[in-house]
Amino acid sequence: METVFYTLQWIAVPLLSPGVLGLIRKIKAYMQGRRGASIVQPYRDLAKLFKKDEVVSPDNSWIFSAAPYIVFGTTLALAGSVPLVAAFPFAPTGDILIFVYLLAAGTFFLALAGMDTGGGFGGFGSSREMMIAALSEGGLILALVAASFLAGANNLAIMPDALSAIPLSELLPLFLAAGAFFISLLSENARYPVDNPATHLELTMVHEAMILEYSGPKLALMEWAASNKLLIFIAVFVNIFFPWGLASSLAPAALSLALGIFLLKACAAAFAIAFIESTMAKFRIFRVPDLLFTSFVLSAIAILLIVL
Amino acid sequence: MIDFLTQFGFFTTFACFLGGAAIALAYGAWGADHESWILSHFFALSGCVVGLLFAGTVLFSSGPLSVHLPITLGIGPDILTFHIDNLAAFFLAAISVVGIAASLFGIGYGKHFLGTYRLGGFGFFYNVFLASMVVVVTAGNGFLFLLAWEAMAIASYFLVIFERREAKNISAGMLYLLISQLGAGFLFAAFLILFRYTGSWDFEAIRLGAAGIPLIAQNIILALALIGFSSKAGVIPLHIWLPEAHPAAPSHVSALMSGVMIKTAIFMLIRFFIDFFPGAGLSWGLIIIALAAVSCLLGVLYALSEHDIKRLLAFHSVENIGIILLGLGASISFFSLGYNVLATLALVAALYHTINHALFKALLFLSAGSVVAATRTRNMEEYGGLIKIMPYTAFFFLIGAIAISGLPPFNGFVSEWMTFQSLFAGIMMLPVIAKIVFLIGASSLAFTGGLAAACFVKAFGAIFLARPRHEHRGAHESSFLGLVGMGLLALLCAVFGIAAGAIAPVVARVAESLSIIPIEIPAAPLQALGGTSIAMPSVALVAMIGIALTGAVVWIVAGRRKIVVSRTWDCGAPLTPRMEITATGFSRSIIMVFRGLLRPSVQTDVEFHDSQTRYFTKRKEVQLSLTDMYYAYLYRPAITLVEHSSRHARRIQTGNLSTYLLYMFLTTITLLFWALR
Repeated sequence: METVFYTLQWIAVPLLSPGVLGLIRKIKAYMQGRRGASIVQPYRDLAKLFKKDEVVSPDNSWIFSAAPYIVFGTTLALAGSVPLVAAFPFAPTGDILIFVYLLAAGTFFLALAGMDTGGGFGGFGSSREMMIAALSEGGLILALVAASFLAGANNLAIMPDALSAIPLSELLPLFLAAGAFFISLLSENARYPVDNPATHLELTMVHEAMILEYSGPKLALMEWAASNKLLIFIAVFVNIFFPWGLASSLAPAALSLALGIFLLKACAAAFAIAFIESTMAKFRIFRVPDLLFTSFVLSAIAILLIVL
Repeated sequence: MIDFLTQFGFFTTFACFLGGAAIALAYGAWGADHESWILSHFFALSGCVVGLLFAGTVLFSSGPLSVHLPITLGIGPDILTFHIDNLAAFFLAAISVVGIAASLFGIGYGKHFLGTYRLGGFGFFYNVFLASMVVVVTAGNGFLFLLAWEAMAIASYFLVIFERREAKNISAGMLYLLISQLGAGFLFAAFLILFRYTGSWDFEAIRLGAAGIPLIAQNIILALALIGFSSKAGVIPLHIWLPEAHPAAPSHVSALMSGVMIKTAIFMLIRFFIDFFPGAGLSWGLIIIALAAVSCLLGVLYALSEHDIKRLLAFHSVENIGIILLGLGASISFFSLGYNVLATLALVAALYHTINHALFKALLFLSAGSVVAATRTRNMEEYGGLIKIMPYTAFFFLIGAIAISGLPPFNGFVSEWMTFQSLFAGIMMLPVIAKIVFLIGASSLAFTGGLAAACFVKAFGAIFLARPRHEHRGAHESSFLGLVGMGLLALLCAVFGIAAGAIAPVVARVAESLSIIPIEIPAAPLQALGGTSIAMPSVALVAMIGIALTGAVVWIVAGRRKIVVSRTWDCGAPLTPRMEITATGFSRSIIMVFRGLLRPSVQTDVEFHDSQTRYFTKRKEVQLSLTDMYYAYLYRPAITLVEHSSRHARRIQTGNLSTYLLYMFLTTITLLFWALR
């Protein structure tokens, strides 16, 4: 049963993830007084891209061709192990460090692909992406470590159960860590105020600059992998740092209730992201480290509160 | 076979090295340079193969062995005693594996020097270097150890200055020799004090007598040992010789120096802090963690600012020595507080990272060496696009880069994971001060991982990807044997990552054999800390399935789409290699973030088409360099002090004969007074 569920998550995450993107765009549109495109627009975009031919540069190597599969594959490998509606001990990639470093492996190849075409944009995108990734890693790891200290477990799939049993009054460190993790979520997923996901302006783009030379199915994979990653981060954010409402049994009623709660929590997170994107200006690139160090300091304080 | 190895394996190893050294000299003197080169490397290769088999026998079958040669060397009895325990066998195995790969690579590397330099001496020192490293880890007494330690330093010095027509190499070798001798001075002092209290050079006697040494003397010995060995390991601020000496040496020698020679210092630190003085004290553990935290973070930042490929790799050695010392420091802290299981696991992390770093750093140096040999430059800004000319080398470099960045499923991830777990356990369980130091160590390690990944994206991107920035005329793939050497190391990087569950218990046995109090070996160290576990095979499998599935689905859905080849779009401007990002440009943003720590200075040199209005740039040159703070604030003042005091001391040198006679007279009187007192 667990393995069935594990397999189902491999399918559910890629199926749901473009919807999350559509939802964020929709909320943003409403907040900016527009009607905006339909929530299913990202699905249409992906379908369109999969039908298109591809243009590749003669300068690039197999890294460029392999990167979309590796980036998408690593998000798939994590999709089964993050808690969505219920927590399973069967999670081979659920260890917090494996979570962080598998994502880093995806970023590694993404950045290499950005450099492979030899255009001016790709290289700068990679440079900025690696700077942001390197600096947000500290906060990301320590935030998850804080949660794992509270839970007494290192596996994402086991942590929600242990955390939800802790009385609310003792969860202050967890919420500090939640703040730290949310900053990492924004920076790792190329959202405001670190990166602007909607622009192709050379001075501001980071993630889009790296995938600028992609087209057709490979571009679709890259975009899709980015939305998978966003959903995975949101799932960890709402289920580890707000660990209530997961199904405790595999009964259909409990599962559907848990699914409802998860969707609500995910919508709230999407709203938070959209709210930030509508009310805040993007940071200058050299102010981003301040934000990332804030994330690091927050999670370090959380850890000290737990262990001292 | 096993009987033969336990009896003769050790001597056969030496016979190979000594034979290689002798043959290299003989052929070299006869003028047959190429034969000398090939034969000496072949002998070194066979010595390493036997050494590996011998180490395996000790680890898996026979247990610790003692070898004694009844030769006095005119110094005293019992000098030539060797003791090969599990720890020594472990390091012997590491030396042998890297030695095998480096010698294979070396065989094909000689033709670059043919006709430029005499090659006989190289083969001699290469074999002496390997032999002395083997003695360093197997010596059974302090005297033999110091002898081998010095031989190792001198042999490697001659390898560093092998390309002696470049003045820079000579000064690099001099710096290396100076720091080596400075460090050795501290070690002589440490061993002399040990001798003063235990009355013996023998390691076994030292181990038994160590507890009886007064605490102050213990701490002095440990401080001397820490400084002495740190200088060889390249701990900041004693690291300055690494980025000079590693690039100067031929690449397979760099692989040996960076992969295993600096690890002999780690070996001796384990001997001193865990074997001789178990529970050296919590403060020593914390000091080592603090030093390690600084080394790994600053090491990687300096690496980021480099555009010389071999200097970049040398700075990564500083970083990885820091990671190893994080585990070692944690282990010492745990031992001193009686957490023996945790201490052993932290030591496993340190040992595992030691062998991992030996594997991937040697791999990176060898592949960097083939790039340098193909392009005849070490400047990364002149590379680019080499993946098309040297696809295998690029692939091997990529594996080394992934492994050193600590990305799963390769070996670097496993040992970093273990180190993290040890540090986390310390944050949870130790006293307050220790918690904070461990947290600093863990934070430093967290940032180091990401920065190392950034650095290797830069390195791989600048060397192998996009378009060539210079014409690489005559660039070619590495020799077949070179590729075999690299392939061996790359394979081991994968095996030590994916099969960590099978390898870690072996490392655990090595660590466990050092602890005084017998402890239960956890069945699988990857599962032992706080009940957490990772199963590397399934991580690797899941990632593979994810990638394969993606590929399959895309092939089914969109496999028949047309692929058009067309130039990279660059806003319509003519596409030149100048539009690619440079290695310096890539790391500039990170350097700017850490400018308070790194003190970068930017020098811009612009030439305009229109010198009055200054709109149209003709040529622009940007130089980003870091102030060498260690030289400016530590070494320069020290040098000034020495020069200054020498100048004062010079005054006694008058040149007047009667003054000298007076000195002699005074000395005699003093000595007589002392003797007859």
